[in-house]
Amino acid sequence: MTTTPVPLAPPRLRNATTEPAWVKWTLIGVALAFLTFFLFIPLAIVFVEALKKGWGVYLAAVVEPDAVSAIQLTLIAAAISVPMNLVFGVAAAWCIAKFEFKGKSLLLTLIDLPFSVSPVISGLIFVLVFGLQGWFGEWLRDHDLKVIFAVPGIVLATVFITFPFVARELIPLMQAQGTEQEEAARVLGANGWQIFWRVTLPNVKWALLYGVILCNARAMGEFGAVSVVSGHIRGQTNTMPLHIEILYNEYQFAAAFAVASLLALLALVTLGLKYAVEQRVKHQKRDATTGVNE
Amino acid sequence: MLKDASFLRRALLTRHSVLPGFDLALGFTVLYLSFIVLIPLSAAFLKTATMTWPAFWDAVTAPRVLASYRLTFGASLGGALINAVFGLVVAWVLVRYDFPAKRFIDALVDLPFALPTAVAGIALTALYAQNGWIGQFLPFKVSFTPLGVFVALTFIGLPFVVRTLQPVLEDLHKEFEEAAATLGASRWQTFRLVIFPILAPALLTGFALAFARALGEYGSVIFIAGNMPMVSEITPLLIITKLEQYDYQGATAIAVVMLVAAFILLLGINALQGWARSRQGR
Repeated sequence: MTTTPVPLAPPRLRNATTEPAWVKWTLIGVALAFLTFFLFIPLAIVFVEALKKGWGVYLAAVVEPDAVSAIQLTLIAAAISVPMNLVFGVAAAWCIAKFEFKGKSLLLTLIDLPFSVSPVISGLIFVLVFGLQGWFGEWLRDHDLKVIFAVPGIVLATVFITFPFVARELIPLMQAQGTEQEEAARVLGANGWQIFWRVTLPNVKWALLYGVILCNARAMGEFGAVSVVSGHIRGQTNTMPLHIEILYNEYQFAAAFAVASLLALLALVTLGLKYAVEQRVKHQKRDATTGVNE
Repeated sequence: MLKDASFLRRALLTRHSVLPGFDLALGFTVLYLSFIVLIPLSAAFLKTATMTWPAFWDAVTAPRVLASYRLTFGASLGGALINAVFGLVVAWVLVRYDFPAKRFIDALVDLPFALPTAVAGIALTALYAQNGWIGQFLPFKVSFTPLGVFVALTFIGLPFVVRTLQPVLEDLHKEFEEAAATLGASRWQTFRLVIFPILAPALLTGFALAFARALGEYGSVIFIAGNMPMVSEITPLLIITKLEQYDYQGATAIAVVMLVAAFILLLGINALQGWARSRQGR
């Protein structure tokens, strides 16, 4: 017969490294109140205002021709800029993470530069280059080409704004992973592309996806930079965020929030994917810094 | 191996490598960076270089421009400060405590990164308007005043402090706190004298990131600000206004001032991050 030993009643001591319950719940309360006012309610109001006048108005606002063309343009801009920055991100990460060379830290700083430039200025610089008074303005006019107030300008501004996203997700991970696996593949006779496709890419695929998700969200939602170069021509050079602005300024609030709700849904999907991928990247980073290399 | 190494490899590599692709990757990176970022950015500086110094000075110190700096820098600073205080509480609560829906709330903290600024702008305006969900309970006006600018800049800066503090808090060794407690420190003393100094560099970094982001923000602000010259007009909007009046030089001059401010901040943030890493002993 065995009896489980009865533990002595613990003395009423508080754990020395936790706070009293009232402090804990006050802090949780403060944090939740702050997030409620600045996050949850602003998110909720988008959907509430969008559906205020019913599903009929909502659907009409979303399938109306100007809205459809805005959605198309937003998709086109993202479909061009995301792959461009993806290729760039991979190339930049390959040379920065796998090689030691002069000027590397300068290159790293320059890659992050677009993040610290105001969106408005990001648009302005392309006006200075391609606008009618800009460097190539006359040449473009003589050849009947349009960059500013047309789709190419919108794409360029979007590429600039989303420039660092993929690179800055890949670089730290690939630096942590080191070069041993690639060198082993090289010694075993693999060529450059084989090393990249079979060794490097499988090792970074989640971080790559993570960068693409963030890049895409920003590309579809960019407002300031695109606003400067777009010219706001309805049905032609309006992206979804610009379309929202026009509707809002015309006091078509329900329609503005209806289109806004599509972008808010995209944001929520992005956050969900981001969260899922983040867990995988964490694992990969842990593997890179501990286990594998030992 | 070294014999047939390319010019780029011989000139730049500081450590020999057997891996291929350096020339191609670096060449493409530098070319793409130049065409998309460096050359267009240099256009702003070259454009202002064509202005005379007095013309530049007049453009960037006109009363309306000065008023916009005051609002932009002031509201950005206010928003970043609020985020430093509440961001610390949010990060602490998310790392240290368990409560319902914690993971969901944690994921949602990034919303200001993911939500397009125009959407945030109209949502905040509707909330804080005088008949809005929150505005109707406030005894003062928020939407269409400088206070609205502050609200919008607080929203977009929210994730920065939380996300820079979280990893530091997660890595914090419990031993420090145990040692402090053993030596007779109260919980508050432990926080103030042991935990806070470790968090300080990350807190400052998060604050600076939020501040830098707020300085250039446009989309979420213009809906809620009311955009009255001298009162609630932010600097990025003033740049657009000048552009729409075909005053390219005036617009670019102000843009250069903002760019220089942003670059100085970027250098400061880089230094801060280096300090934060050395503080954590990494």
